[in-house]
Amino acid sequence: MRNFPPSWPGSARSRTGRAPLAWLLTLLLVLLMSSVAQAQTSADDDAVAIELLEALDAGSFPAKGRAIDAIVASDDPRARDWLQALLDGRLQRVEDGRFVVVIDNRGRDWPVADALTGEPLGEMSRRDLDRVGINNALRNQLRSAIAVVDLYSADLGLRRASAERLLGEVDADLADPLAEVIEGEEDPQVRRRLVQALAIHRLEQGEVAAVADLQGSLHPRVRVALNRAANGDDAVLADVARSALNDIEQLLKVNRAVETLYFGLSLGSVLVLAAIGLAITFGVMGVINMAHGELIMLGAYTTWMMQQLLPGQPGLALVLSVPVGFLVAGLAGIAIERGVIQFLKGRPLETLLATFGISLILQQLVRTVISPQNRTVISPEWMSGSIAINDALSLTLNRMVVIGFALAVFAGLMLIMRRTRLGLEVRAVTQNRAMARSMGIRATRVDILTFALGSGVAGLAGVALSQLTNVGPNLGQNYIIDSFMVVVFGGVGNLWGTLVAGLSLGVINQVLEPWAGAVLAKIIVLVFIILFIQKRPRGLFPQKGRAAEG
Amino acid sequence: MLASRFWLTRPFAERSTQLFLAVLLAAMTLVTLLHVAVPQGHALHVNAYTVNLFGKYLSYALLAVAVDLVWGYLGILSLGHGAFFALGGYAMGMYLMRQIGDRGVYGHPELPDFMVFLSWDSLPWYWAGFDMAWFAFLMVLLAPGALALVFGFLAFRSRVTGVYLSIITQALTFALMLAFFRNEMGFGGNNGLTDFRDILGFNLRSNETRLGLFLATGVALALGYLLCRAIIGSKLGRVCIATRDAEARTRFLGYRVERFQLFVFVVSAMLAGLAGALYVPQVGIINPSEFSPLFSIEIVLWVALGGRATLYGAVIGAILVNYAKTVFTGVMPDAWLFALGGLFVLVTVFLPRGVAGLLAYRLKRRRRPDDGGATGREVTP
Repeated sequence: MRNFPPSWPGSARSRTGRAPLAWLLTLLLVLLMSSVAQAQTSADDDAVAIELLEALDAGSFPAKGRAIDAIVASDDPRARDWLQALLDGRLQRVEDGRFVVVIDNRGRDWPVADALTGEPLGEMSRRDLDRVGINNALRNQLRSAIAVVDLYSADLGLRRASAERLLGEVDADLADPLAEVIEGEEDPQVRRRLVQALAIHRLEQGEVAAVADLQGSLHPRVRVALNRAANGDDAVLADVARSALNDIEQLLKVNRAVETLYFGLSLGSVLVLAAIGLAITFGVMGVINMAHGELIMLGAYTTWMMQQLLPGQPGLALVLSVPVGFLVAGLAGIAIERGVIQFLKGRPLETLLATFGISLILQQLVRTVISPQNRTVISPEWMSGSIAINDALSLTLNRMVVIGFALAVFAGLMLIMRRTRLGLEVRAVTQNRAMARSMGIRATRVDILTFALGSGVAGLAGVALSQLTNVGPNLGQNYIIDSFMVVVFGGVGNLWGTLVAGLSLGVINQVLEPWAGAVLAKIIVLVFIILFIQKRPRGLFPQKGRAAEG
Repeated sequence: MLASRFWLTRPFAERSTQLFLAVLLAAMTLVTLLHVAVPQGHALHVNAYTVNLFGKYLSYALLAVAVDLVWGYLGILSLGHGAFFALGGYAMGMYLMRQIGDRGVYGHPELPDFMVFLSWDSLPWYWAGFDMAWFAFLMVLLAPGALALVFGFLAFRSRVTGVYLSIITQALTFALMLAFFRNEMGFGGNNGLTDFRDILGFNLRSNETRLGLFLATGVALALGYLLCRAIIGSKLGRVCIATRDAEARTRFLGYRVERFQLFVFVVSAMLAGLAGALYVPQVGIINPSEFSPLFSIEIVLWVALGGRATLYGAVIGAILVNYAKTVFTGVMPDAWLFALGGLFVLVTVFLPRGVAGLLAYRLKRRRRPDDGGATGREVTP
């Protein structure tokens, strides 16, 4: 067995430093030559191949098993496709004796391709086709055969997947060739996996030294094998396996802690995103905006709308949703401020009620105009999937992006509040409105801009949330109480407090969840905050000095 | 006059109380007469369904009075009064559940259906005693009262007031809602308690029992109203109003503000619990949705619409809003939330003193202001 030749001549791709026409000619020539070469070899290859396939259609299953082994040993580049087709039941025989691969076996007429040349042969009626049958033993044989074939593939991805599949599946027949493959393998990841696969086999044979190769592996199948050895009859082996298992348990605990922390930070960053806009309108301006949750909802619906406008490009739509969501929610915020809140200055409880009314109207508006049902927002490819740290721990990408996004939004807000003219004016108006006005600051304008900023950030939170939860009319409602809790817990008027409170509440929630359940964890957190406020009515980071009197 | 010396009877001397009681009595008599004396099918006949509906409105009115007591006269905007209402309701519901006996679907002599369904083999300890009416009715008052006592003690002692208090009361009712949704709590999970049969031996589905419950609710509302009036008219009530208008100043005058706040808060919670207990047998179900923050904030709207710090305004508001809700949800259900949301905005922006404020404005020339609440000065909590 050796590496299969790559099907595409490498020379066609090296085209540096040639005139376009000359390059084109070369390309044509190479193509021509390669097809001629193929035609020459394929004549004798096909005779062998037909023989191999004929053997598959043998009468008994053991004979078929030998035929499969022959195919694996044949080095034919089409072997993998045949084996896969056979496994899926797509390798079929036409009445005239030709072998075909069914491409899609749904419906009555199936599109098929020639098994030898790979040429599409159009559609055939299922009645004219005869399937090459297999049984469960053959299925297992086929799976490991395909894995072995893949181990020789030039494609690293295939090799990795195949090594993964072999874990715990190695038997006596496979052990020797595997040792040979390990020698030749260059990729360390595939190599480590194969060593483990072989070690599991050796462990099953009672070899104590094999445990050393399995030390520290977090893969569940390794643990299963070690467990079996630890409970086995061989006392020495059981001892060694048990101590290896203990080490693995320790490692697993660390990994679980890291995972909890990650989920906690992810939940916390969502809370921070939802609450940080509130921290500005409530904390800095002193305006209770119960419609804040619905501004988040508007942001999420903006994302959905953008994806409807740009079908097939969810990534672009998501990126564009960030500024658009900010604008939509910000404008809605300005409308709320101008329409209602400005008339209720200095009456916080009335503001609370009026904005609650607005939240009801916005919710019902979405229900009436769009739909009471949830809408699905697609995650772009670069956000789906996860990063595998090791066998027990993989971090999902979308949560990672949301954590990064939350931190970026926070940093941006800090910059605005600390380094810009607007931030200065906002802080001045917060501390002493009358004095700020007499210094020439237009307080009304500052009010509008601050409220728009807080609302816009709510829109950003909505864009991020659309990637994690369902987008529906109740989206905002679910976050409003949590957001208030975060702001109050962190200390009103303190953005750092909001960050720390949001992240720590997220982590606390995730830590409690495994032993208390999701709902009870939430209740415990709420009760904790209620009790905490009794102890420190002004939150984790109370404002001090002049700002505190405002 | 003798009546004016004793704090509990003093309210009878007030014009607004006399008027309120007269109107309530007249309405109750009228409904009873139209239900009993006018034959069925007559245009003026009030059917059992409507009597039931009025009974429900009256229990809401009692709840609104309880909220007005703390919001209007103490300056505490509680967004969690639905929790006390629901607790009273659950206490009553537990009594009614035990009255079902072995007539449930599963026919278990002691366990309610949902517990049999969850395959529990005995009643949890906190269900003990609820088969006795006196114990259950005591719990209707004590359960919400105890919660208000603990919560209020913690909150007022550390001087959590204003918006903060509103937000944590909302968190309180939200946490309770989540808790009661859990099946493991032993309160029927999200289905709540339902399928009631008897109350004190009377069949809940008979028209006579419904009329009786309506009248009982009316009497409870009258008594609750009188109690609140009496509290407000007493010296204690004066301190409360002073606390509402200038908490720090009242404290510097030497009053232990938090004790007054705590007392009135607990009384209000008990009234809310009573309202819940009267509500449950009339609607035939209690489930965790009564704990939802939306319901609690709706109560506040009733009071705001009716006009706070008047008590009778709260009653007017509760009946108006709920009547509108019945009509709207029947005719065009989608529009109800628009109407409710619009009401919130319009009332707070254009009608800060509510319907009662409008009435007072109309009657201004003929009437001298008789209490602190109705004088119409802007109330700043």
